[in-house]
Amino acid sequence: MVAVKLENLTKKYKDVVAVDRLSLDIEEGELFALLGVNGAGKTTAIKMLSCLTAPTEGDAFLLGKSICRESADIKAFIAVSPQETAIAPGLSVRENLSLMCGIHGFSREKKDEKIRELTEQLSLESVLDRRAGKLSGGWQRRLSIAMALISEPRILFLDEPTLGLDVLARSELWDIIRALKGKVTILLTTHYMEEAEALSDRLAILKDGKLLMCDTPDGIKAATGEDSIEKAFIRVVKEAKK
Amino acid sequence: MRTLTFGGRNFKEILRDPLNLCFLFGFPIVLLLLLSAIQANIPVSLFEIEQLSPGIAVFGLSFMTLFAATLIAKDRQSSFMHRLYTTPMTPADFILGYTLPLLPIALAEGVVCFAFALILGLKLSINVLLSLIFLLPVALLYIAIGLLCGSVLSDKQVGGICGALLTNLSAWLSGIWFDLDLVGGVFKKIAYALPFVHAVEMERAVLVGNFPAALPHLWWVLGYAAATLIAAILLFLHQMKKQ
Repeated sequence: MVAVKLENLTKKYKDVVAVDRLSLDIEEGELFALLGVNGAGKTTAIKMLSCLTAPTEGDAFLLGKSICRESADIKAFIAVSPQETAIAPGLSVRENLSLMCGIHGFSREKKDEKIRELTEQLSLESVLDRRAGKLSGGWQRRLSIAMALISEPRILFLDEPTLGLDVLARSELWDIIRALKGKVTILLTTHYMEEAEALSDRLAILKDGKLLMCDTPDGIKAATGEDSIEKAFIRVVKEAKK
Repeated sequence: MRTLTFGGRNFKEILRDPLNLCFLFGFPIVLLLLLSAIQANIPVSLFEIEQLSPGIAVFGLSFMTLFAATLIAKDRQSSFMHRLYTTPMTPADFILGYTLPLLPIALAEGVVCFAFALILGLKLSINVLLSLIFLLPVALLYIAIGLLCGSVLSDKQVGGICGALLTNLSAWLSGIWFDLDLVGGVFKKIAYALPFVHAVEMERAVLVGNFPAALPHLWWVLGYAAATLIAAILLFLHQMKKQ
C-alpha cells in the first residue's frame, strides 16, 4: 500500500523554486531517504508533507489524505523530528515526554505506559529526570525522536536526524532508526551518504528541488556503475549540471 | 486538555528561570523598601504606602510582557514550535496556553507586593483583596502586549523592547515615580491616552475603597487589553500561517 504519494509537488519562494514538480510513491513501512546537498529542497519537501507549509502547486497524499485539504486529519497520524532539536529545554526528559502525551490527549495510564515504553526503547533511563536543555546533543536528538514517536505515528519525518552528532551518537541513533523499520513509514532527509546507504530501503537524489534519481541503494550504484552511494551521488549531481 | 498541558509547560519554563523569579518577587520588594526608606527621611505623599504599593504592584506586572514575549519568541525561533504545529494543537490552544499560566503568576506577584506593603504599614482590609482582583485586567493587558511582541520580534529584540523600552515607558507614563502634573502639557496628555497611568490610578482608588473613581480607569485598561489581545491573536495567527 502506498503511504506517501507526491504529485508534482512544488514550492516557490518569489523567484526561487525550492521544490520542483516532485513526484514519488513511498510504500507503507518503507524507510525512504531524500538525499541532497544543502539547498536541494529536502527540508522544504518535509515541511510541505508535514503540513507546515502549503505547496505552491501540486499535492501530496498521506495514507490517501491530501496535504492541501485534509491537514487536520493528517496531523493525527504523522510526527516530525525537525532538523534542529525540538525540545522544551526547561523541562526534564520525563516532562517533555509527558507534554507530548498531553498534547495528544492520552489518559494517565496510557501516558505512563508510553513513557515507560519509549524510555526503554531509546535507553533514556539514565537521563529521565535531567533537564533537557542541559543534555548533550546526542541525548537531545534521542529525546527529540522519542517525542516524535510518542503519538504512535504511522508516518515519521526525520529531518537530518544525526546532523552535528559525533560518530558514537550517530551509530546509536542509526540503531534506533533501524529498529523502527517496517513498523513505521519513515521519510528521512540527510546529506550524509553513508547514512542514506546504511538505513534506507530506497533513496531519492535531489538537486535544486528536482528529483534526479530514485531507486534502492544497490539500484543507484548499478545504474551509475559506481561502488558507493557517495560516488554515485557525485556522478548523478555532476551529470545533472551538464 | 491540550491547553492545560501546554500551559503547564509554559508555567514551568517561566518559573524555572531564576532571573524571572528575581524580577517577579525580588524587584517589587526592593523598590518598596527603597522608596519607603526615602519616604521615611523625606516625606513625599506619592511614596506613602497606600499610594506606592498599588503603583509597584502594577509596575511589577510589566515583567509579564517580558516573560510572555521571550517565551513565544524563543519557541517561534526554535524547532519546538515546528513540532507543535504538526500536532493536533489548535490556534486557541497556543494562545490560551501562553496566556493562562501567566495570570496566576501575576496574581502571586501582586500577593507578594501587597503582603510586603502590609509589613511596611499598609492597613489590612478587604480592599487589599479587591486590589488583587483588579490587578487581573492589568495583567491581561501586559500579557497581551507580550503576545503581540513575541509574535513579531526575535528573542533579542524582545529583550530590548519589552525589557528596557516598555518597562521604562510604562514607569514614566504611569505616575508611580512622579506626579504627572509636575510635567503637565503634552507629556501628561500622552500618559492619559495610554493605559499605564489608568491602571495605577484604578488600583489606588480600589485600595482606598473609592470604586466610582476606579471604574473610568477600569474601562481604559479593559479597552486597551481587549484591543491588544485581538491584535496579538491576529498577528500570532498570521505568523502561524506564514510558518
